[in-house]
Amino acid sequence: MPLVPEIDFGTPASRSERMVTLTIDGNEITVPEGTSIMRASMEAGIKVPKLCATDMVDAFGSCRLCLVEIEGRNGTPASCTTPVAPGLVVHTQTSRLKDIRKGVMELYISDHPLDCLTCAANGDCELQDMAGAVGLRDVRYGYEGDNHVKARNNGEINARWMPKDESNPYFTYDPSKCIVCSRCVRACEEVQGTFALTIEGRGFDSRVSPGMHEHFLESECVSCGACVQACPTATLTEKSVIEIGQPEHSVVTTCAYCGVGCSFKAEMRGEELVRMVPWKDGQANRGHSCVKGRFAYGYSTHKERILNPMIREKISDPWCEVTWEEANAHVAAEFRRIQYQYGRDSIGGITSSRCTNEETFLVQKLIRAGFGNNNVDTCARVCHSPTGYGLGQAFGTSAGTQNFDSVEHTDVVIVIGANPTDGHPVFASRLKKRLRQGAKLIVIDPRRIELVSSPHIKASYHLPLKPGTNVAVVTALAHVIVTEGLYDEKFIRERCDWSEFEDWAAFVAEPRHSPEETEAFTGVPAETLRGAARLFATGGNGSIYYGLGVTEHSQGSTTVMAIANLAMATGNIGREGVGVNPLRGQNNVQGSCDMGSFPHELPGYRHISDDATREIFEKLWGVTLNNEPGLRIPNMLDAAVEGTFKGLYIQGEDILQSDPDTRHVSAGLAAMECVVVQDLFLNETANYAHVFLPGSTFLEKDGTFTNAERRINRVRRVMTPKNGYADWEVTQNLARAMGLAWNYSHPSEIMDEIAATTPSFALVSYDYLEKNGSVQWPCNEKNPQGSPIMHINGFVRGKGKFIRTEYVATDEKTGPRFPLLLTTGRILSQYNVGAQTRRTENVVWHEEDRLEIHPHDAENRGIRDGDWVRLASRAGETTLRALVTDRVAPGVVYTTFHHPTTQANVITTDFSDWATNCPEYKVTAVQISPSNGPSDWQIEYDELARRSRRIRGKLEAAE
Amino acid sequence: MSEGNKLVRMANQIATFFHSQPASEAANGVATHINKFWEPRMRRQFFDIVDNHGGEGLDSLVLEAAPLIHRPPPAEVPPAARAGNAAAH
Repeated sequence: MPLVPEIDFGTPASRSERMVTLTIDGNEITVPEGTSIMRASMEAGIKVPKLCATDMVDAFGSCRLCLVEIEGRNGTPASCTTPVAPGLVVHTQTSRLKDIRKGVMELYISDHPLDCLTCAANGDCELQDMAGAVGLRDVRYGYEGDNHVKARNNGEINARWMPKDESNPYFTYDPSKCIVCSRCVRACEEVQGTFALTIEGRGFDSRVSPGMHEHFLESECVSCGACVQACPTATLTEKSVIEIGQPEHSVVTTCAYCGVGCSFKAEMRGEELVRMVPWKDGQANRGHSCVKGRFAYGYSTHKERILNPMIREKISDPWCEVTWEEANAHVAAEFRRIQYQYGRDSIGGITSSRCTNEETFLVQKLIRAGFGNNNVDTCARVCHSPTGYGLGQAFGTSAGTQNFDSVEHTDVVIVIGANPTDGHPVFASRLKKRLRQGAKLIVIDPRRIELVSSPHIKASYHLPLKPGTNVAVVTALAHVIVTEGLYDEKFIRERCDWSEFEDWAAFVAEPRHSPEETEAFTGVPAETLRGAARLFATGGNGSIYYGLGVTEHSQGSTTVMAIANLAMATGNIGREGVGVNPLRGQNNVQGSCDMGSFPHELPGYRHISDDATREIFEKLWGVTLNNEPGLRIPNMLDAAVEGTFKGLYIQGEDILQSDPDTRHVSAGLAAMECVVVQDLFLNETANYAHVFLPGSTFLEKDGTFTNAERRINRVRRVMTPKNGYADWEVTQNLARAMGLAWNYSHPSEIMDEIAATTPSFALVSYDYLEKNGSVQWPCNEKNPQGSPIMHINGFVRGKGKFIRTEYVATDEKTGPRFPLLLTTGRILSQYNVGAQTRRTENVVWHEEDRLEIHPHDAENRGIRDGDWVRLASRAGETTLRALVTDRVAPGVVYTTFHHPTTQANVITTDFSDWATNCPEYKVTAVQISPSNGPSDWQIEYDELARRSRRIRGKLEAAE
Repeated sequence: MSEGNKLVRMANQIATFFHSQPASEAANGVATHINKFWEPRMRRQFFDIVDNHGGEGLDSLVLEAAPLIHRPPPAEVPPAARAGNAAAH
């Protein structure tokens, strides 16, 4: 198996539809207008020597190696910066060009170390390749003169030399190997959009500098890896390559972190992963990555991974390692006993949004066909279930309406309740690129997130609303659009129900929805809100991107409907550059929902009460399916506390840490008689488990993930599962132990079953994906190429539905005891509950969760930056350290939930979305006071966690 | 908060949304929502509140919707209890 080939065309593709024909080295070639001669040559198969050009960034023209001669033109223009023109006759190799190139290479090499044999880039060095390409045979200048290479010149200290910067945990910067091509600087600007790198000095003094001559780790660098990928030499090199050597084969797969679903090449040496490199043909990421996907895979070989199944009678006992057969037989016997004793509906399961579509499909199949009930749910319950409900009501499908490429065509963007630079970093980079080209931005968020103001990005409007007032703010935007006549009547008359629009318009036009009225409780100045509404309605293609700051509220579903109303009223649905775009949290949360993980729905979002749908599955599976909806996660916990729910199979989900009101979750788990946790690590939920089944990583299995744009991407196995089985095999073996005659030999067979039963997946197969790379569902007879953009010629439900969205204040109110509002979020370097990222070097960026508090609120309470504080709500209390910042408004505090010791969810309450029971994570009334150390709960919990991780015959786990 | 109270709160939250919708759709909206998303034992508890506790705490719209909400079948008697009963006879 070779390395996956990727051609570097040197400069980006042109979008022009006008074609130009020219002749290069005697070959006639036709390319889009605006293409560089370098790119046109490469398309004809002619490699013009180059160093400073690469097709991820714009042409720069600094290395003087890619020169060409053009008949009728003077001089030797750089092919990277010279566009094609009709009828040009270009020569890429003449004696004049050969001499110039050789001279240029001589100069480069005269200031470059000659340690090629021991260099980490040996075999992957463009400088080495170019020296070969131009036939460099000697360097007339010698190596003794002024240079950046040697620490000492003739015994004297060489002030131009700089030691290697090894501060970043994942890559090194060796200035002595730098040829100052600026590719890294431009990648940081153009691809990532962070502007952390620059060239300091001039002429021979020039060198790459993170920030103001800082170390990488101390600079603004976000460690996305774009610079490392762009570097043509060993100047920026992955530490893993330095340690292991060059990879010998690579496999395209999909990242298992956030919902962007970036495509990567897993570059391997045998079964050892050398590095992950973003794949240029990946449709979601277009060759870009973030610190998590690019570098944070070390958890897959972490020493704390559990590799053998374990059982214990009581959760106070130490774990006892058993064989897979014993574990499966034990679970099967326990689940059957519980059902015999307490009834068929007394057990259930949770599918994992981190596992593949195929694995999720099997877990829900096990529950519906094997357990004989519909008690299945997934983590989307606590994130985007309101998206499913809200968009389903308005448009007829829960699907996000666009692909990520759509952002390249947008003119005005609303980002509401999302922090893409931390939560969805690769999408954020693509958005920032569009903003730098001139698109306008409106941010609706209680915090001043990075997009509000960062280098070369400035939001036109930031609406810093009070947490919990989303519906009021979005309805007020609609008020302005309707009362000022800015709605798109033609679109509405064509695509929506006009009388429903009139009803809705009359509702939003009521004076109580005006920004002047709502300002009092939303905190958003009326003029700012009016300006934002006008901009969105009149600024061209308008798109809305949103995250959990929208959904995780008691009115989450209502806000989703309000967003859908806004998009329809302004005619922003059904083409490129517009749409309603939920930014989904986990890698496969879209897929897990698609695969029938909700208790009321079979795969493809078909209600369980629908006889025709049930019949499809009943025939294939040979069982009778229950036609009543099952329990959702919070309902399962309620039923457990009540005594009617006793057994739970949890695949790859840590509900104790991720779900709200930890005390309630732990009470529910503690009341069960058989909790089965399948995971990589002894997670927090496993503290309450009776059986532990070791899971496998995304590197160890075949399957598919579906990202936030509905794109079905292949996951490919690159190494043997350390635990012995891929997760789909674990579920299959358990199902067999329970008497089900399953016989899948490969996940592709599971996908075939999905396609055969689910109309929106009808044409999807592994062969199809092999041929087409990826596809966005619906993919069927009607949409054989998939569906990048939804609702192009009308809504899925027929006419788009406008729905009245009345603002209702949450019951979670501030008062004298709890005067501040806590809201929660994420940080770039950590992922979700941190089970993976905490077991990587990413901890250097975020070793603990901090409480952000405004200087006024801090001062009132005598709290200084870095102090330990007690954070209390009516649900519970915890302690963590304060971070005093005006990024949050007075009255609002903020924290992340990546570390189990923080126990942020001890604080959050059991309030939830009215429609879906999605918890209200984003609003909790709290009080903050100085503290000396951990709360009693934290101390008790630490002790419980320590005790419950004991394994018989082994030393205590270290965590 | 007891589970019964929680159920009342959930039902009332649904009603709060549908109060703002056109009156002709409101009761039906509440009933459809509960029929679609509430597991039978939740609806059983709900009807216990309606039938045996005078609908205490429930929003008027929920009560209006109650006749439209599907009555679940009686709770399953677990095989163990059935076996126990059989043995007793």
